[in-house]
Amino acid sequence: MNEPRAGFIGRAVERKEDYRFLTGAGQYTDDVELPRQTYGYFLRSPHAHAKIVSVNTEAAAKAPGVLAVFTGKDFEPVGGLPCGWLINNLDGTPMKEPKHAVLAAGKVLYVGDHVALVVAETQAQAKAAAALIEVDYEILPAVADTATAKGAGTAVHEIAPDNVCFVWGCGDKAATDAAFATAAHVTKLEFVNNRLIPNAIEPRAANAMYSRADESYTLYVASQNPHVERLLMTAFVLGLPEHKVRVIAPDVGGGFGSKIYLYAEETALVFASKRVGRPIKWTAERSESFLSDAHGRDHVTVAELALDKDGRFLALREHTTANMGAYLSTFASCIPTILHSTLLAGQYTTPAIYSEITAVFTNTAPVDAYRGAGRPEATYLVERLVETAARELKIDPAELRRRNFIKTFPYATPVGLTYDTGDYDATLEKAIALADVKGFAARKEASAKRGLLRGIGYAAYIEACGIAPSNIAGALGARAGLYEAGEVRVHPTGKVTIFTGSHSHGQGHETTFAQVVADKLGISMDDIDIQHGDTGKILFGMGTYGSRSLAVGGTAIVKAIDKVVAKGKKIAAHLLEAADADIEFADGEFRVAGTDRKKTFAEVALTAYVPHNYPLDKLEPGLNENAFYDPTNFTYPAGTYICEVEVDPDTGRVTIDRFVAADDFGNVVNPMIVEGQVHGGLAQGIGQALLEGCVYNEDGQLVTGSYMDYAMPRADDLPSFVVETVKGTPCTHNPLGVKGCGEAGAIGATPAVINAVVDALAHLGVRDVPMPANPHNVWKTIQAAR
Amino acid sequence: MRVALSFNVNGKAIAAEVEPETLLSTYIRENLSLTGTHIGCDTGQCGACTVLVDGRAVKSCNVLAAQVQGSEVTTIEGITPDDGSMHPMQAAFKACHGLQCGFCTPGMVMSAIDLVTHHPHGTDREIREGLEGNFCRCTGYQNIVKAVAQGAKAMGV
Repeated sequence: MNEPRAGFIGRAVERKEDYRFLTGAGQYTDDVELPRQTYGYFLRSPHAHAKIVSVNTEAAAKAPGVLAVFTGKDFEPVGGLPCGWLINNLDGTPMKEPKHAVLAAGKVLYVGDHVALVVAETQAQAKAAAALIEVDYEILPAVADTATAKGAGTAVHEIAPDNVCFVWGCGDKAATDAAFATAAHVTKLEFVNNRLIPNAIEPRAANAMYSRADESYTLYVASQNPHVERLLMTAFVLGLPEHKVRVIAPDVGGGFGSKIYLYAEETALVFASKRVGRPIKWTAERSESFLSDAHGRDHVTVAELALDKDGRFLALREHTTANMGAYLSTFASCIPTILHSTLLAGQYTTPAIYSEITAVFTNTAPVDAYRGAGRPEATYLVERLVETAARELKIDPAELRRRNFIKTFPYATPVGLTYDTGDYDATLEKAIALADVKGFAARKEASAKRGLLRGIGYAAYIEACGIAPSNIAGALGARAGLYEAGEVRVHPTGKVTIFTGSHSHGQGHETTFAQVVADKLGISMDDIDIQHGDTGKILFGMGTYGSRSLAVGGTAIVKAIDKVVAKGKKIAAHLLEAADADIEFADGEFRVAGTDRKKTFAEVALTAYVPHNYPLDKLEPGLNENAFYDPTNFTYPAGTYICEVEVDPDTGRVTIDRFVAADDFGNVVNPMIVEGQVHGGLAQGIGQALLEGCVYNEDGQLVTGSYMDYAMPRADDLPSFVVETVKGTPCTHNPLGVKGCGEAGAIGATPAVINAVVDALAHLGVRDVPMPANPHNVWKTIQAAR
Repeated sequence: MRVALSFNVNGKAIAAEVEPETLLSTYIRENLSLTGTHIGCDTGQCGACTVLVDGRAVKSCNVLAAQVQGSEVTTIEGITPDDGSMHPMQAAFKACHGLQCGFCTPGMVMSAIDLVTHHPHGTDREIREGLEGNFCRCTGYQNIVKAVAQGAKAMGV
């Protein structure tokens, strides 16, 4: 199966990485045990907001096995954890950016905030000693609620007395307001996009070691982007020499955004490892994950859609209050802004859009990107409005969408993006066929006979993936370009190692990337190894998030392959005594055009390294190339999802009867992996709609702090999905024509489910159901309507 | 006060003294260095630490090492053949793309083996209910359900 010339691109090749995962041979951070290992435990704040009057570590320091205790004082000389994206206020002033100390100094700002690090011989000793630390807190009133945080009377940070981090706007306000003034119909909704806790099943973990021998540090960390971790940690926080710090992200057990960021824990461990002189390991307990992993979503929104009498969209405007939590996490500020407001055109020709975002600080865990990051919130907003408008205007929801679809490309939206290509009718019609929409009325009748209310909901989503275009990102406030790097190392025998700056934590890069390389070089997949996640091996990388790996990281590899082939042609030309321009490369062979004179890829590779006969006057030996790729635009995957639910009016229980997804991801390298990515995304999107919801009480205590309280989707909560990737519109600006598929499911599923639930209850006058639409919330909605 | 303990792990006899509070999961990972058994939570919910104790799936974080006295414990390493091949259930997970990041996978496979051994010929719905004690955040479970049915067939149950 893995033989060359099989045409790997487009085939459902089984994954190369699976054997180690299936046999327990994977190596995750907690599996790494270093010589003379010690263990760290973080004492966390039990209060949402308090002054630290004093910290007494004497007893802890003397406890059995304890090697060192660190507090906020130790970290006063170093920098804070930085935010990578500057957002300016409407008046041009910069966002409020309070210092995010590694360990809290003076004040704790959320339950779970880091107060002290205890290092001991065993994990149990470190934990026991932490209980001996005496902290005298002066408890302050907490700000826990997103909607009322602004001007709450208590300031989370002194530099933001009204708790506002920034007020940012996007689009043409005057044109939008003018369009609303003349609209035949306005649909308005107010809703909350519920706060979520990412919950990768591998808890965050780190293991840091300092070597006196060469004054170097090694950090193993469950991270989606080890190079970014290293850059931020060395240059902005600890002031360490970057070349003396190696960051390894080995097998990582899921990320979904939560492992992008530079966190306090690994930073503290690196700092402490030199003082302790031994490696220090920390692995989060799940309760720590709930408290301290960056959370997602948490928007409070008022949104309006203006339509003419024929149902054509004239304008959309919205105001969102976005919760940043207690500190600005690494990408926090760009999520409700750059990754949210710019997607508000959706798949539609809405000519005028204005979005205004008020970002607030609260005494809750930091909020940052979680699967989809801003785009699920945008799609939810647009698709809830569209479906509600359809109902109000008594237009079929599919027809209303068709009427407003963008049909010519490239298309410049009024919110800053230019879609290169798409075919939204294709995915809508495919979804309608797969879902048997024609049979809905009969099914609804059948449900009614059983006392159940059936509803159908659509969502036509669009996503902007492949984040970078570095110049665009820079103009929008990114403090770094978002290039990706790839290196192709051809060994003397023609075997190939690929070094990629992307990081796989479930996405299957070791297979997908190898499929691409095998096709391009005409060699066996077995002769290709994909290396990722180690700053000691890989030149650079911006990592994996935003469904960018294949579109950006994959393209960097393709560019490096092009260089390898170009050099290989010169070597072959020399060996074949032909002109460079006469050499063709195909199916793993360099051939003199129009002849049968040829050299295999392996022969050229051997010549490159151990030649007897080599054009040394013209060419360096070796066959190792690297490339950086910076895309010229985002990619724009899109699709339509249709969900059908049954609601039990007596209990409020929602059951998904069918869920259909039709996606356009452009070209697809491995359809099996792509389908798996959609399944996982759908589960998370449905989880948000029906099950998951992070709750803080008014004192800022996390109420949903364990799997007993936070409803994770289990196998029996979900239906079997019908997923089809249409023969799509390839991306026009990357050589693979790929768009990205990792987040689509999480973006499109949530509004499809809620639209279906609302449809089931619409006859009662219900216009909205709060998420999660669990039995409690649905039952209350039904009662309120009756 | 340490507790004397003798039991079998993956067919090998273990004789040890453990602290009474040592969890089976901790003993497997730290004392035996069998790191295929993963810890994903602290409330017995996620199932990543599932092993077989005398042929039944058990969440090893919910059992004290001292409780398995005289038992046969099987971990993911124990069902893996030495020759580089895989157990039929492992092979089915690979063929059906029933795993992504791999972290929940060993526990999921062990639960699946128990499930199909004791409840063969389950419908998709029954398989979903049978796997209710194992979280997966990556796959949406659909391919896991497919894998379990296919693995059961391959196991001949």
